[in-house]
Amino acid sequence: MANTKEVRKQIASIKSTQKITSAMEMVAASKIKKTQNEMQLGRPYSEKIKEVISHIANSSSEYSHPFYEHRDTKKACFIVVSSDKGLCGGLNINLFKQVISKSAELNAQGIESNFALIGLKAASFFKSVGGDVVANVQKLGDKPDPDALIGLTKTVLDLHRNGEIDQVYLCGNGFVNTMTQEPKVEQLIPLPAEEKDELTATHWDYIYEPEAQDLLEGLMTRYIESLIYHAVIENSACEQAAKMLAMKNATENAGDLIKELELLYNNVRQAAITQELSEIVGGAAAV
Amino acid sequence: MSTIKVSIVSSSEEIYSGEGTMVFATGSLGEIGIAPGHTPLLTGLAPGPVRVQNGDDEKTFFCSGGFIEIQPDLVTFLSDRAERAESMDEAEAIKAQEQAEKNMHDKESELDYTKAAAQLAEAAARIKTIQKLRKNK
Repeated sequence: MANTKEVRKQIASIKSTQKITSAMEMVAASKIKKTQNEMQLGRPYSEKIKEVISHIANSSSEYSHPFYEHRDTKKACFIVVSSDKGLCGGLNINLFKQVISKSAELNAQGIESNFALIGLKAASFFKSVGGDVVANVQKLGDKPDPDALIGLTKTVLDLHRNGEIDQVYLCGNGFVNTMTQEPKVEQLIPLPAEEKDELTATHWDYIYEPEAQDLLEGLMTRYIESLIYHAVIENSACEQAAKMLAMKNATENAGDLIKELELLYNNVRQAAITQELSEIVGGAAAV
Repeated sequence: MSTIKVSIVSSSEEIYSGEGTMVFATGSLGEIGIAPGHTPLLTGLAPGPVRVQNGDDEKTFFCSGGFIEIQPDLVTFLSDRAERAESMDEAEAIKAQEQAEKNMHDKESELDYTKAAAQLAEAAARIKTIQKLRKNK
């Protein structure tokens, strides 16, 4: 039977762990608000640029951009958005699972994959799993900087331009609400065909200043960048939400554990008292 | 008086959304004035002021580079938050690639990265000091 000192020690250590997890829960809860706010702030830009892109898709443009081109696919690139820190439940691993299964599915069709990774967790996962990593950005912090993603985007788009990759997928967690996050794998390139709207009714085109090709090239790059940036922001909101939940569970589990240990402690203590009593009584009887 | 719908957005926030009777901005090929019913135009946006007139009311905003999309009934300014040069993109790309390679070859990447970052910070501080010293001379 365990002795009382041991049990007390265990209780104390679990209590201090519980303090840490509950503090982390509160930190995550306060960060959720900030990241959600950031998501809100970035939304007008992504919506507007999407609108412009769909207008362009609807115009009878003189120049068709390679991002709309469906080529014979030999290689696909996955841009995987993950968190830098752990302790957020199954958030990252659920996403990686989906990426791997999608990549295996493509592989069955004879399409190879490589990866562009955002976040430490993705880097360490794909290092252990193995996989062709073309670009890697990490340690973006709580307030991701759009500039930090330029390099990665450029690497991927250049590979596409040179014909080394034919499809690009963007993988990240979608924020449904604080309780639910959903891993998503979306096709970025080729861009899914836009639905035609009322603008198509007439045959029209923009006047481009200066050249259509340069302008569209820049605009498309900016569009892809904004999508990736949005995915990063959304993922960081997911991370905080998942962290809050994970830490909440950990705090509750610690509470349960403490209750059990306290029961054990009382049992042990009682047993010790009973034993001592019976020893005294036994001793007195012997005299 | 007819108006045109104006929205100015940057990657980190919405700057302005409303109506205007006349809009002035600096396009990549020069100053442009946009009145309602303008022909569809897509052009670059040069860093500079964007003036939105609504009747007698006039508002001025500063935009860094980006794009302007004009439809007969709306005009959208997509402004970047920061100025960027092509060369900077290149350097960032190289950095991202190198990081990937380093992670692949390095066994203790996590540990070494922090160490390397510390060294880099130190080196940067040194360069700064040297520059300051030179200026003082």
